[in-house]
Amino acid sequence: MKNMTENTIKITVTVNGQPHRLEVDAHETLLEMIRNRLDLTGTKKCCGEGECGACTVILDGRAVNSCIILAAEADGGEVLTIEGLAEEGKPGALQQAFLDKGAVQCGFCTPGMIMAAHYLLENNPHPTEEEIREGLSGNLCRCTGYGKIVEAVQAAAAAAGEAEK
Amino acid sequence: MKEPIIGRSINRVGGLPRVLGTQVYVADVKLPNMLHAKLVHLDCTHARIRGIDVSEALKVEGVRAVLTAEDLPKPVPRFGPAYQDRPLLAVGTTQFQGEPVAIVAAESEHAAAVGASRVKVDYEELPAICSVAQALDPAAELVQDPELRADGPFKNTNVMDEWIFGWGDVDSCRAEEVIEENYVFPIVTQFAIEPFTFLAEPTMDGITVYSAIQIPYGLQRTIAAVLNLPLSRVRIIAPDPGGAFGGKQHPKFEPLLAYIALHLGRPLRLELTLEESFQAVRRASAEVRVRSGFRSDGTLVFQDIESNYLIGAYADIAGRVVSKASYVAAGPYRVPNVRIVARAIFSHTTPSTAFRGFGAPQENWAVESQLDAIALKLGMDRIAIRLKNLPKKGEVFMPEDPPADGDWAEALRRAAEAVGWGTPLPKGRGRGIAMGLKAGPTTAASYSIVRLHLDGSVTVYSGTSDMGQGARTVFTQIISEELGIPADRIVVTMGDTGAVPFDLQTSASRSTVVMGSAIVKACDDIKRQLKDLAAECYGVRAEAIQVSPGAVHLPEGDRSFLELLKDRFGRVKGEVIGVGSARYEYLKGHPLGGQPAFYEVVAVGAEVEVDRETGETGVHKLVVVGDVGKAINPQHVSMQDEGAAIQALGHSLMEHYVMDSSGRVLNLGALDYRIPTTKDVPERFVSIHIENADGPGPYGAKGVAEGGILATAPAIGGAVEEAIGVRIRDLPLTPERIWSALNTRKERG
Repeated sequence: MKNMTENTIKITVTVNGQPHRLEVDAHETLLEMIRNRLDLTGTKKCCGEGECGACTVILDGRAVNSCIILAAEADGGEVLTIEGLAEEGKPGALQQAFLDKGAVQCGFCTPGMIMAAHYLLENNPHPTEEEIREGLSGNLCRCTGYGKIVEAVQAAAAAAGEAEK
Repeated sequence: MKEPIIGRSINRVGGLPRVLGTQVYVADVKLPNMLHAKLVHLDCTHARIRGIDVSEALKVEGVRAVLTAEDLPKPVPRFGPAYQDRPLLAVGTTQFQGEPVAIVAAESEHAAAVGASRVKVDYEELPAICSVAQALDPAAELVQDPELRADGPFKNTNVMDEWIFGWGDVDSCRAEEVIEENYVFPIVTQFAIEPFTFLAEPTMDGITVYSAIQIPYGLQRTIAAVLNLPLSRVRIIAPDPGGAFGGKQHPKFEPLLAYIALHLGRPLRLELTLEESFQAVRRASAEVRVRSGFRSDGTLVFQDIESNYLIGAYADIAGRVVSKASYVAAGPYRVPNVRIVARAIFSHTTPSTAFRGFGAPQENWAVESQLDAIALKLGMDRIAIRLKNLPKKGEVFMPEDPPADGDWAEALRRAAEAVGWGTPLPKGRGRGIAMGLKAGPTTAASYSIVRLHLDGSVTVYSGTSDMGQGARTVFTQIISEELGIPADRIVVTMGDTGAVPFDLQTSASRSTVVMGSAIVKACDDIKRQLKDLAAECYGVRAEAIQVSPGAVHLPEGDRSFLELLKDRFGRVKGEVIGVGSARYEYLKGHPLGGQPAFYEVVAVGAEVEVDRETGETGVHKLVVVGDVGKAINPQHVSMQDEGAAIQALGHSLMEHYVMDSSGRVLNLGALDYRIPTTKDVPERFVSIHIENADGPGPYGAKGVAEGGILATAPAIGGAVEEAIGVRIRDLPLTPERIWSALNTRKERG
């Protein structure tokens, strides 16, 4: 039988602004590529079926569940992960808002949650509370009860609004 | 004056790496030359294994080993926190869905998975026991081999154990009214967002095991016993768990992994899927019958409570869950006559284990719902009946235990006020209110080491596990207060038995109280030593020296800690090492082996709206009032309240395992097992802290991490009843149940 691991595909992918040429397995998910090949372990694996949002990254401007996308599908694409949000090693405004508002407990859902919130704010800089709840409804958190996460996104949006003035 | 650090909501210590994505969880640990493991299990609960053919699996490229119980020492090693009943791999039969029959070790996760899919198991599915009624049927098969159990009256039954508690005389006391009802609490699962991952690595000294375990020293004892190694040769590295909720208290597959890693001489990693994690841990379901006697003015005369908990195929910690929760089942009330009978009943299901609330949510659901039923029968207000029976602070309400340690009536009044009790409600809405009580830790042993470095910064070593509750933050605040050192100069080291001193466990909302006290004592030790060092260094009598946070006060003037360390240690340098401990000893003769260090008490208010067409419940407002003693970090306390309450919202409205007739769980995983999302949570959540500095912890703190989960279900249940006029006694209150209740009533009506 042909060894599955010999079934590989060459791809070019830009992750957090860094181009990579990789030879990935045909069955390899984008999540596995990010975590195992690039050692960017900030992106988390939980459900493995696109339901919990822990593995959320931005692929070509869209928030996606990286556990249900094959690495090969990202060929030629641009990926943004949680590690790409920091500004010179310091937390960006959204990340800081999560800290200040108490939106982080165990932290395992946090990277995915922040990426989903980042996507939301990129596309809707001044969301209503309802829109925030809708935008984050695909990301499960078992620690916080979400209230402080919603507050953090509101605070980040407000801070960005202030900065625009 | 500077704002005090105690009572201030500083940001989470350890929060930064969590928002940057640089926090290292156990799944992020990679070891050189490691193998990957995959478990083989059957698509059924209870089966007789006739044979296992691993030959095809061994042919898969990259597979290095496939082991079954046949390859393990005989008898196959067993382990468990109560007694040693759980085998490393299934022996002869599988006892629950997900119990592994083999394990594959391979060079990659993929090869391990392919290998596992090629293991051929010849098995015969057997009838499974999956309910209390099935287990208690006199003709029922015994789930557990009696040989594994200690001698006792239940050895040859499916009852793991039975507890009888109480006081007064339920049978001969006189009540004007009596009601009796049955309540059901479902099987739910912890669903930490971090699924289980374990690694084991043979080392020069013995073995190192990586697990996001809440009790590193408990895992160390288990591994040492299974491998027959001294404790010193077993090192547990426990990265901060990505959520635990009790599910990560006790060992699961670490002993198996450790055995095989040693056997193969290579590091081995096992990552469970979420579905496998659902099959590893869950909460015990409970059927609770409550017979209550009371006077027409609402005074409780007796509570007669019988609770049958359905535990799994192995004991895990379920016996302690059942006994500790049922002991306080009568709740935070003055009840002169109480009889409690509680049973832990084996079944062919996932072993039930600790889950936030530790059995108390099951009892609280029943007893608080019953108080509503009494109020309804008497035409009394639901607040009034509770106020009537709540003890005053300092009043004994359980004869063998400490008196009420807080102003619980105040908590109830504040919850009522915050939820708008008594104000008009729009149509379709209802309000509910409930109290919750859980016994705090009864025994404890926490040790802490605090090192004051030459530059005045501090490293503290603590065996507590920070699983999101914020232990690092609280400990940092305590040290900052005690030693006058800024929080950003304090590092809390946890999760490595090779570095931190012994801690009994992270459980029962104990760490602020118990480990916090140990840390205060370690700081006191440092201050004592600094006094002696100052006496030596400056030639002053020790009695003439005072030490306050950050400075020593000499007759001739003050020296900062930094100056003293420099003056005393000079070129040769050095540091000051403080040691502290806090213990609650085992109390022989007490039903729980010790009085609770504190009571975790809450009042919860809820306002809901029920859609009569669909049966769906929306929660408008949820209020949690905790009697917390002292909120060292108020934001963190609110975070615990909110998180616990929303976890409870899950078992109140949506969460439960759905099983087929042979016990297969049909809703494993995030797609089919619904937990609350941003769209399910209340429009408004309110967290209120009653602070009277009356707890046993530093600054009068009590534990706070479980309160919110204790009374949310009965508060919501009461609110739903007010909204629709029907009481539903089985959780969760799904749209189907509510719709059926409404329509059954219509037919009757």
